[in-house]
Amino acid sequence: MSKQINVALIGNPNTGKTSVFNALTGLNQQVGNYPGITVEKKEGICKLPRGVKAHIIDLPGTYSLNASSLDESVVIELLLNRNDKDFPDVAVVVSDVENLKRNLLLFTQIKDLEIPCLLVVNMADRMRRKGITLDIEYLEQQLETKIAVISTRKNEGIDNLKQQITNYKELSVKPCLSASEIDIEYFDRLQKAFPNQLLYKLWLVITQDVNFGKTNRKEIDAIASFKTKSKGDLKRLQQKETIKRYQFINNVLKKGQTIDASQASDVRAKLDRVLTHKVWGYVIFFLILLTIFQAIYDWSSVPMDWIDSSFASLSNWVKATFPGGGKVTDLVAEGIISGLGGIVIFIPQIAFLFLFIAILEESGYMSRVVFLMDRVMRRFGLSGKSIVPLISGTACAIPAIMATRNIESWKERLITILVTPFTTCSARLPVYLIIISLVIPEGRILGLSYQALTLMLLYLIGFGAAVGSAWILNKILKIKSKSFFVVEMPNYKVPLLKNVALTVLEKTKAFIFGAGKIILAISIVLWVLASYGPGEQFNNAESIMTEQYAQDNLSADELQRKIDSHKLEHSFIGITGRAIEPAIRPLGYDWKIGIALISSFAAREVFVGTLATIYSVESDDEETIKNRMASEVNPILGGPLFNFASGISLLLFYAFAMQCMSTLAIVKKETNSWKWPVYQFTIMTAIAYIVALIAYQFLK
Amino acid sequence: MKHTIAHLKRGEKGIITDVSSELIPLKLLEMGCLPGNFVELVQVAPFSDPLYLNINGSHLAIRKETAIHILIEKIDE
Repeated sequence: MSKQINVALIGNPNTGKTSVFNALTGLNQQVGNYPGITVEKKEGICKLPRGVKAHIIDLPGTYSLNASSLDESVVIELLLNRNDKDFPDVAVVVSDVENLKRNLLLFTQIKDLEIPCLLVVNMADRMRRKGITLDIEYLEQQLETKIAVISTRKNEGIDNLKQQITNYKELSVKPCLSASEIDIEYFDRLQKAFPNQLLYKLWLVITQDVNFGKTNRKEIDAIASFKTKSKGDLKRLQQKETIKRYQFINNVLKKGQTIDASQASDVRAKLDRVLTHKVWGYVIFFLILLTIFQAIYDWSSVPMDWIDSSFASLSNWVKATFPGGGKVTDLVAEGIISGLGGIVIFIPQIAFLFLFIAILEESGYMSRVVFLMDRVMRRFGLSGKSIVPLISGTACAIPAIMATRNIESWKERLITILVTPFTTCSARLPVYLIIISLVIPEGRILGLSYQALTLMLLYLIGFGAAVGSAWILNKILKIKSKSFFVVEMPNYKVPLLKNVALTVLEKTKAFIFGAGKIILAISIVLWVLASYGPGEQFNNAESIMTEQYAQDNLSADELQRKIDSHKLEHSFIGITGRAIEPAIRPLGYDWKIGIALISSFAAREVFVGTLATIYSVESDDEETIKNRMASEVNPILGGPLFNFASGISLLLFYAFAMQCMSTLAIVKKETNSWKWPVYQFTIMTAIAYIVALIAYQFLK
Repeated sequence: MKHTIAHLKRGEKGIITDVSSELIPLKLLEMGCLPGNFVELVQVAPFSDPLYLNINGSHLAIRKETAIHILIEKIDE
């Protein structure tokens, strides 16, 4: 077996590190988590020349080895632990040609850990436009490394990079800065206390709480002969170190890089003048949001209708083809296929949503929104950076809550975590879409359909609820924390098709499989509960109904339907449903919706699937879920069950309720306490019930 | 009179003279906010907060409350 080279991709955010990763690995990549924490771990395999294989790991973006967040500490923990199975044979530091100076800071730090280090200068296609020229030979000599100049956009230089990774053994491991320069006396003592350790490594361990190998922070504190310094003194030394590193970098770049500013055409400044304008900035942001919602609604209706009817005929085909299968055929056709249909149908919309979010992030526009919104958001106790979780929360609250990690102030971060589940996530979308199509009339105003506007309104309600509750939380929570706010404003870029496509593919896949598992399980359980029942009423449904309608001269079909629904009503699920019915009747729901509500507490998107399963157990006709819902009759008032009043009430219930176990789990992880998820669940659900109650009583 | 970044108007430039390290996060220093480096105010958000800066070639935004702790010398053009 040939040896695999371990390669770690490291770099500042916005350097196109992920594009390099995609260029090297293509579809040979997978996303997981680091053990025990929720930081995303991306790894892949790359074929190098001469049959060598490289295992590539894409580390979270960081500006330096001084970690200030969980994501960043992943990088340091790996680089300090030579026993880790992922410890890199070679570190590939990705830099952006326009920010070389800043990017080199991280490079010098990694090189000082004596790890073979290769420098990638990405975005070379921008060099001429920005008037930048580099003396690569000189830079290689001064930095004692090899440099690969590449452009992932033009797909140039990738083969050369692969070649250089193969030759990693030739790289020098000489440090750029001798650590003792920072403070000679202090580092002398340090080296004497730990003669066998690398000084810079010791320094990193002292300045941040990272465990490595056998020497950890506690042992350093425990050695009496060595007295460390106060926090303030350490920070002053870190500042000194940073200044020293920049001195070194400036010296190298003085000769190695020339920038002819007169050559630079500044698209960025022109775009920024409009996109961060006091008035136009907000107008454009609003128009972008509006376009997204119109698109989600209009563009995906065709594939959705197709999927809906395909699943209905698939279910029927199974029944017709395997009539002898008895209960098994029923389970597959009624339980599993209907349940899965309820999730597959939403692939087009969810993919569109992920697509737009990926484009906003990739293009660099998201940072402008952060900048524009910071002042406004601060009034509500949030940070401008909260806008990223709030927007990506429209896809899913789980990654959104993880995205709060770069909010510097703990109070602002906690509030963001607590209110993010109010934003309309893609799991609410299935519920909204089907109910909107049932209760909101078609028709247009100013070219926008009423249905799309309703959807937009629901997103605004979610956003309003998030911001409103943030304002209240800001008043209630007594947490003192320093609030720092630094956000990089990256260059505008036309998003790379490959990056966007891979993101959409990966996220949609994760959503479908994640939700699919739950839905499959719930569908089966529901089917069993709906197909069996205790006692006389269920077992003798046939004779009871035949007797009851003996005088009515019903056709065989009609009678069969009466029998089926009588059975369902007295099945296990029917009994449970009718037990809770008194609690939900004031909201305008019947017991079937009640069951769907309860199963939605596992995950909201289960709602449609649950109804689909219940209905298809009840009736064998080939029908789409939507038609089936439209023909449901309110058992007490008559008329359609899903009318304007009950529809609005349901929409509002889903807008406010906290029905997602995975989100609660992630909140527990990120806040490190059960207190917050419990509060979140109770308060959100209470609000949902009250609002839905008021809406129904008012509208009916 | 001592000037800070918060005193800059849109398009004005300066050289950083002092950074009080207790009040400024290390991350900002690492992004190039160090004595001797140039700074330009690129854009201000409504209510003149936050500030969009070009520091030493890095484009970033910080809040006014941070900006008042970074002393500068204005460059007149």
